[in-house]
Amino acid sequence: MTSNGIGAPVRRKEDRRFITGSGRYTDDIDRPGQLYAHIIRSPLPHARIKSIDANDARSLGGVVAVFTGRDMADDGVGGLPCGWGITGKHGAPMIEPGHPPLATDTVRYVGDQVAVVLAESRAIARDAAELIEVDFEELPAVTSIETATAGDAPLVWPEAPGNICFDWEIGDAAAVQKAFAEAAHVTTIDIVNSRLIPNAIEPRAAIGEYDAGHDEYTLYTTSQNPHVIRLLMGAFVLNIPEHKLRVVAPDVGGGFGSKIFHYAEEAIVTWASKRVNRPVKWTADRSESFMSDAHGRDHVTHAELALSKDGDFLGLSVRTRANLGAYLSTFGPSVPTYLYATLLAGTYKTPAIHAEVKGIFTNTVPVDAYRGAGRPEASYLLERLVDRAARETGIDPIQLRRRNFIPADGFPYQTPVALEYDSGDYGTCLDKALELADYGGFVKRRKDAEARGKLRGIGLSTYIEACGIAPSNVAGQLGARAGLYEAGTIRVNPTGSVTVLTGSHSHGQGHETTFAQLVTEALGVDIDSIEVVHGDTGKIPFGMGTYGSRSLAVGGMALMAALEKIKTKSKKIAAHLLEASDADIEFENGRLSVAGTDRSVAFGEVAMAAYVPHNYPLDILEPGLEETAFYDPKNFTFPAGCHVCEIEIDPDTGVVDVVSFVAADDFGRIINPMIVEGQVHGGVAQGIGQALYEQCVFDADSGQLLTGTLMDYCLPKADHLPDFSVTTNVTLCAHNVLGVKGCGEAGTIGATPAVINAVVDALSEFGVNDIALPATPERVWRAIHSAAA
Amino acid sequence: MPTTVSFSLNGEQVSAEVEPRTLLVEMLRDKLRRTGTHVGCDTSQCGACVVHVGGRSVKSCTMLAVQAEGADVTTIEGVAADGKLHPMQEAFREYHGLQCGFCTPGMIMSALDLVRRNPEPDEGEIRRWLEGNLCRCTGYQNIVKAVKAGAASMRAEGAA
Repeated sequence: MTSNGIGAPVRRKEDRRFITGSGRYTDDIDRPGQLYAHIIRSPLPHARIKSIDANDARSLGGVVAVFTGRDMADDGVGGLPCGWGITGKHGAPMIEPGHPPLATDTVRYVGDQVAVVLAESRAIARDAAELIEVDFEELPAVTSIETATAGDAPLVWPEAPGNICFDWEIGDAAAVQKAFAEAAHVTTIDIVNSRLIPNAIEPRAAIGEYDAGHDEYTLYTTSQNPHVIRLLMGAFVLNIPEHKLRVVAPDVGGGFGSKIFHYAEEAIVTWASKRVNRPVKWTADRSESFMSDAHGRDHVTHAELALSKDGDFLGLSVRTRANLGAYLSTFGPSVPTYLYATLLAGTYKTPAIHAEVKGIFTNTVPVDAYRGAGRPEASYLLERLVDRAARETGIDPIQLRRRNFIPADGFPYQTPVALEYDSGDYGTCLDKALELADYGGFVKRRKDAEARGKLRGIGLSTYIEACGIAPSNVAGQLGARAGLYEAGTIRVNPTGSVTVLTGSHSHGQGHETTFAQLVTEALGVDIDSIEVVHGDTGKIPFGMGTYGSRSLAVGGMALMAALEKIKTKSKKIAAHLLEASDADIEFENGRLSVAGTDRSVAFGEVAMAAYVPHNYPLDILEPGLEETAFYDPKNFTFPAGCHVCEIEIDPDTGVVDVVSFVAADDFGRIINPMIVEGQVHGGVAQGIGQALYEQCVFDADSGQLLTGTLMDYCLPKADHLPDFSVTTNVTLCAHNVLGVKGCGEAGTIGATPAVINAVVDALSEFGVNDIALPATPERVWRAIHSAAA
Repeated sequence: MPTTVSFSLNGEQVSAEVEPRTLLVEMLRDKLRRTGTHVGCDTSQCGACVVHVGGRSVKSCTMLAVQAEGADVTTIEGVAADGKLHPMQEAFREYHGLQCGFCTPGMIMSALDLVRRNPEPDEGEIRRWLEGNLCRCTGYQNIVKAVKAGAASMRAEGAA
């Protein structure tokens, strides 16, 4: 390895601009003549729009225009499309209602877009919004899965009876029935996976700009995948051909899934910029983010696990209802189906699995992928269920897991729910985690805590996830309406520096460093002579962006393929310069040499020869040194690991304190351990957030979002969290050249069940075997005291 | 009625015409185009907008621009001197105390005020001080490490 190559904890190239305040986020961009947009949103969860009176707003000084859904519809604007279609039982297609960027006649959640004001300043736009009178006729609403699926529930969409979008299943129901008939023990769980609001610290923002001279549009937006936005918005919503639409996602302040999707505001500002022939900027307030960024999770599940008398898992039956919100967000339907139920084997060799998932419409913000997306829901269900089974059968939870693990020599392993795991070693991750957590010392620590009046509990999870959704043709058969490859270009400049163009998008993950490490490793070019460019459809090849922990395993592999092409061509050029056969050229440490001789040229000389081809094999080789590759993976990758959490509860207040958290993860080969560790920290913090702090609450009567600000929705703060102990164990991914798997979501997937298993462990002496997410002081206090009473 | 507000920004005299309701952060970003100071919320929770006014950390979304009249205001753009990174900035980079970078300016400004008050903060003191600065990326661990290391470098350089 070179000093900055694969495996080195290289300090991040992108940091300088962020620590000096020179980052360039969407709201930092001002375009000449720009107007400010303010969106008028529905204050009601379900209502008919009878009339909109914007006369007073239009006559306010500084207001340029007010547009409604009717204006957009009259202009032929289409609806926001859904990127994944689900086929339910008996071939029934999902119900796919229209989703206009501005509502035309009915609003369906608090926050639904009704109209837009364009004004010379943010303040004027806001003042004008106050002057717009919308006459609503309120309609009955449902905001929870329970109320939406009750017998006489009001309908969100008349075309979706029972508020059911799809009723889907996977696995072998007959095999599961047989397994349960033979079971010595059945463990049952009813479990709610709470609804979360992603809350990237940068609020969403978008600037639309129309260039009349070229009849071209530019959209600057807080997106994780600018090409996806260009394709969806151009082709389905605004009917703008792709060569006339440029989408720029500059520095983006965190995404966690919530910035994957095509949002109404992107279409509104782009469309409006042509209507008024001026750039139009919209930036969300945090409270707007709460009611307009796609939410995450929100499942209600009943599950049963059949066990033999020795504790072998025989069968798993799962029935889940998943809240999709009022409209289908871009990838909403894929999350509780193919990203959830396909993971229900977990790390275990359960031979028979059947899952049934109903997607439910409610009068709430659309639900879509949030860090982990389906996999945290699967992991939380399984790891809680396994712990409960251990308690009921009296088998040690660690022994029960070990007994049922897919063994390290059992790969490739075909699960009963479609996926084929390529590699893994779950027992070693478990061993490493237990050692790091000093699991053996827990009994003493619990005694010490008792002496201090505290309840101490320990819990673990042995999770798996599936990253880098692929291959495209299989995903297409399952309903994906997009390709799932990635593109990358290696542009060697004449002087030997390298520009890397990637379809992946970095919004904190450090691609500018990690991808540069791949290049320096392959070509020997100094890391400071490598620039990674991303996030601009005007510069990069068509790429699918960043989600599902795919950047390295898919985007990185596209770069590896492009680097391979560069090396091949470089050898041919070097062979010409050295008057040798290209088969004899070796490429190492930035030099190309003739094997077994002292004749060599530097890579920089090869680059110069390619662009100044005076001494160059023009008869057989094109000039230039730039290669692009598109990479479509053969399979998902399967990171896995073990998280161990230790908590203390103050029984007087119910406050849960995370006193220790250990993660032992298998991410395959690691390019930059510093960045990987940071990803785990952040993921674990979000997983602990769901376990103890974060909760989205809608008022059952009014349909209002009660947790609509950061005063009401608790994001984990620095003094809520301990230092985490993080380690890794490497088994290589079997189907990509580097053996990498991905690390972005693992923390979120493993942490939540580990924390709650620890809380339940601490409370078990009170007969408690469940606690709702999040385990707030009130809930914990009540659990203790209702048991005591 | 627009009014003119003048103050010293990063050692340079600046002024702009603002409405009385304009927040300091709006004047900094929209009028003076210093966009290193960020806005992450509307309830003064996130701390992305922390600047120094008269040497003390202030959430610039909680202060009217007119209140800064005549003050000494320092933003993240004024922390590095003569192109050389401040030890606290260096520490954030060295300890990977940032990912997306959006909370980072506020974190650094907040950390600098902590070290001014308490040159040798321990982990608990750092975590409690940063309670008003939200980060969604890092889980705070490396931020805490960075602040501790930054404080140590500042002591060594006599900059605290």
